[in-house]
Amino acid sequence: MPESLLAVLDALPYLLEGSFITLVVVLGAMGFGFCLAVPLAVAQVYGPRWLRPLVALYVWFFRGIPLLVFLFLFYFGLCTALDINLSAFTVAVVVLGLISAAYQSQIFRGAIMSLPEGQLKAARALGMSDAKAILFIILPQALRLSIPGWSNEYSIILKDSAVTYALGVAEIMARTHFVATRTYQHMPLYAAAGAIFLVLTWLGIRGLRYLEEKVRIPGYSHHEF
Amino acid sequence: MEEWLYIQNEAAPALFRGFWVSVQLIIPSATLGLLLGILVGILRVFGNRAVSAAANLYVTLFRGIPLIVQLFVWYFGLPYWNIYLTPFTAAILGFSLCSAAYHSEYIRGALLSIKRGQMLAAHSLGFTRTQTIFSVILPQAMRRALPGCGNEIIYLIKYSSLAYMITCIELTGEGKILASDSFKFTEVFLLVGACYLVMTTLATLLLQALEARLRLPGFEHRSF
Repeated sequence: MPESLLAVLDALPYLLEGSFITLVVVLGAMGFGFCLAVPLAVAQVYGPRWLRPLVALYVWFFRGIPLLVFLFLFYFGLCTALDINLSAFTVAVVVLGLISAAYQSQIFRGAIMSLPEGQLKAARALGMSDAKAILFIILPQALRLSIPGWSNEYSIILKDSAVTYALGVAEIMARTHFVATRTYQHMPLYAAAGAIFLVLTWLGIRGLRYLEEKVRIPGYSHHEF
Repeated sequence: MEEWLYIQNEAAPALFRGFWVSVQLIIPSATLGLLLGILVGILRVFGNRAVSAAANLYVTLFRGIPLIVQLFVWYFGLPYWNIYLTPFTAAILGFSLCSAAYHSEYIRGALLSIKRGQMLAAHSLGFTRTQTIFSVILPQAMRRALPGCGNEIIYLIKYSSLAYMITCIELTGEGKILASDSFKFTEVFLLVGACYLVMTTLATLLLQALEARLRLPGFEHRSF
């Protein structure tokens, strides 16, 4: 067996452990981003007049600066300045989550605005409060519509998570670089890392498509139009 | 006062140098990426089966693998086959190839959205296939693809920070060096962030102006 293949096979269990860490970072960031993005999107559409530009400011800020700069700013800068001791892993999840919240809020906003306006009026006519109508009428539909955009966001976050290697999070990229510098088999190992990322992207997108089918309400999908 | 002197005497010159390197990375990569993206997009739509399959494979690979892994392949991987690139060249190669894959996706969509009758009409006027693609279909398609391609260029501005990871010292790299010397991580990286915000905001405004300028009255994209 050629040396390059042996090196990859040797490293594979170690890299797969890394892909577990990558997945935890991605799921943590997407979950955190989701919890932040839903209120942001609702605030940007239905919020009071003074709140909307603030949400837009948040989105502009977190979409306009590279991930790497945020990682350095939070990990080396703010954590030291505020004297809080966070692990690289935690910072990675928080920063990816804050950035993802900006993008996800725009996905949800688009979905909310694509719903016919009559729905909110109908809910009011039935005696629902605005909060109730948004929570039980608008969001269940909007979140279903957001799944395709969300699966894009998953593949972006998955790939961006490789950048957290800069802080020393032991995910796929960090482990690949570590093994590569030891064995000098750079090309085969990076190809293997790329293949792992391709598989993870594919699996995630398949999973979300399955979810989309699963939660679809017959007659309420946008497919027919 | 001390902070201000530090910014004026040390941070500003270094960051300006870095900013300049970043610009030198972004402009060629954006141009090459867009041109290659147009080519790949055309091949995917109008190429024969083998060509379009090859182009699709290229797009799947370059969109599915993180840019940072691609950069490491170009910079640390190619020496495996005795090809040595400078960090700067490797960064431009990586950025162009990756963003071309994304551009081609927007351009493919736009090409497919042009009605088929236009191709037939051009043929009946005596245009060859290549002439039709380049002088009838593409000018319309590019206008429709512009919003998507513009987003991609903004992504590229932000992803140019990854060049630092393959030791090409641009804006982020200069920031890291400055901050490691002075331990003023928060101040320096806020400044670096502000530089990127200026770049992305300017690019957004420029692209909006370009879009407005290229608009042909009566040819707006309506969703029928």
